[in-house]
Amino acid sequence: MAFTHLHELIRMANERGVTIGQLMLEVEAEQTGRTKEEILARMARQFDVMEEAVRKGTREPVMTRSGITGGDGHRMHAYLQRGQSFVHPDTLRATAYALAVSEVNAGMGRIVATPTAGSAGILPGVLVAALDSGRYRREELVMALLTAAAIGLVIANSASISGAAGGCQAEVGSATAMAAGALVELAGGTPEQVGHAVGLALKNSLGLVCDPVGGLVEVPCIVRNGLHAITAMTAADMALAGVRSVIPPDEVIAVLHEIGKDMPVSLRETGIGGLAGTPTGKALREKVFGDRAARRNAGPTLAEAACREPAVAGGTGESHRGDAS
Amino acid sequence: MKYQSAFDIIGPVMVGPSSSHTAGAVRIGNIVRQVLGEAPRRVKFELAGSFAETYRGHGTDLALLAGVLGLPTDSEDIPNAEQVAASHGLQYAFAKVNLGQVHPNTVLVTATGDTRTVQVLASSIGGGKVEVQELDGLPLKFSGERPTLILYHEDRKGFLATVSRILDASGYNIARLALERRSRGGEAVTVCEVDEAVQEDLVQALRGSIPVLRDIRLVYVA
Repeated sequence: MAFTHLHELIRMANERGVTIGQLMLEVEAEQTGRTKEEILARMARQFDVMEEAVRKGTREPVMTRSGITGGDGHRMHAYLQRGQSFVHPDTLRATAYALAVSEVNAGMGRIVATPTAGSAGILPGVLVAALDSGRYRREELVMALLTAAAIGLVIANSASISGAAGGCQAEVGSATAMAAGALVELAGGTPEQVGHAVGLALKNSLGLVCDPVGGLVEVPCIVRNGLHAITAMTAADMALAGVRSVIPPDEVIAVLHEIGKDMPVSLRETGIGGLAGTPTGKALREKVFGDRAARRNAGPTLAEAACREPAVAGGTGESHRGDAS
Repeated sequence: MKYQSAFDIIGPVMVGPSSSHTAGAVRIGNIVRQVLGEAPRRVKFELAGSFAETYRGHGTDLALLAGVLGLPTDSEDIPNAEQVAASHGLQYAFAKVNLGQVHPNTVLVTATGDTRTVQVLASSIGGGKVEVQELDGLPLKFSGERPTLILYHEDRKGFLATVSRILDASGYNIARLALERRSRGGEAVTVCEVDEAVQEDLVQALRGSIPVLRDIRLVYVA
């Protein structure tokens, strides 16, 4: 079977009397010829890497390579332990964890792309916070990863999970939807409620542009991971409470794709428009990469379609597509 | 469907900061190295679109370089790829180009080893997944996710029939297949993805049975 529509997944899960996570496990076993135990063991290792990144980024301040960002996961973790926050500390923990993982990622540390590296904080943020709540067993969290995988497959196949193709909504939006649906199933919700959680979470992410300052996966990516962890949890709670997504989740996914295609290239992971194009955004780019890199980055614009004059970094000369030198 | 496995979404395990611009770029580099089939001496990376605009910020240059050096996506040596390249005596260059109507994350890699040069046009399509769009200028698409045979041969009647018979007899299932030729009766390339891990005896059987088969490369970036 192909993962292209949530309503099909929901129907099949109901027909087989299983959760969406269990359906994913069955299909993965059918497709790969591996046993369910092998798949669960591999997924458990993914969860371990996710947890390691959470612990690394909260235990100590992780600074990114550029020096623009860093230490916020550790900072939030220390703050929530004072018990003075507006958001309950157990909830705010998910934000701290998501920030931590995103900082580890920006520092070229080891993470699991869920579904992408730029959005890798959200799923570990909410799931490791759920683990630390003491209410769920590790095996249940591994199953929740399979729920998240099924949702991500639908979005990836019928829309996009690439910021360059669909903007930040395709990355952080997808991760938020995956996390929301995973939490619903973790809490014992129905496949329909998973669908509504996805719809609700995605609707709150539509239109998010991908505008990383200096092209770095730092500003605004890290903060968005932290804040969208809370969005995911709230969407899950709304769906569990019986709130429905009036626009069916599959239509929300379809419109995510439409909006992504309508976004100008400057707002799709080119580091040109949006926050990247602000005076401070441009100054930071200059500061990180300096003059030499700025010149190197000043290659042909998209308008210069016929131009093939490359700016070469330390190597051979000119190039034209097709010549195998 | 482009995305089929749960591990396409919950994965890869990788060194940051970007699945498409770092992990995907490592995988493209890995594919190029395997297509070349020998240690690269000179490599040219021509980047288009978002790759071209943001490659330094995302470490795409380090990732591509790490990939052609054979490092995996979760190698903590990726940030030091330039030093690793220097220690291997690998010459490399990065350029920004406009490749026309291609996916926004596309790179044209030209790699030269001791005996040959290959050219791979590949895109990083999201979440670390990649797809080769062209091989040596021929429109051959493959991802390297499954064991992939690249067969360099002469265009002859019955070639594919022989290949599929040998694969069948050896217990392999063809998952995806494409053949392109430069001219009738001339140079041709067949790309064949199979479900099973390719064993050396299959390569020997193909080589031994098909006189017009000039060369075989194996690509598999798990």
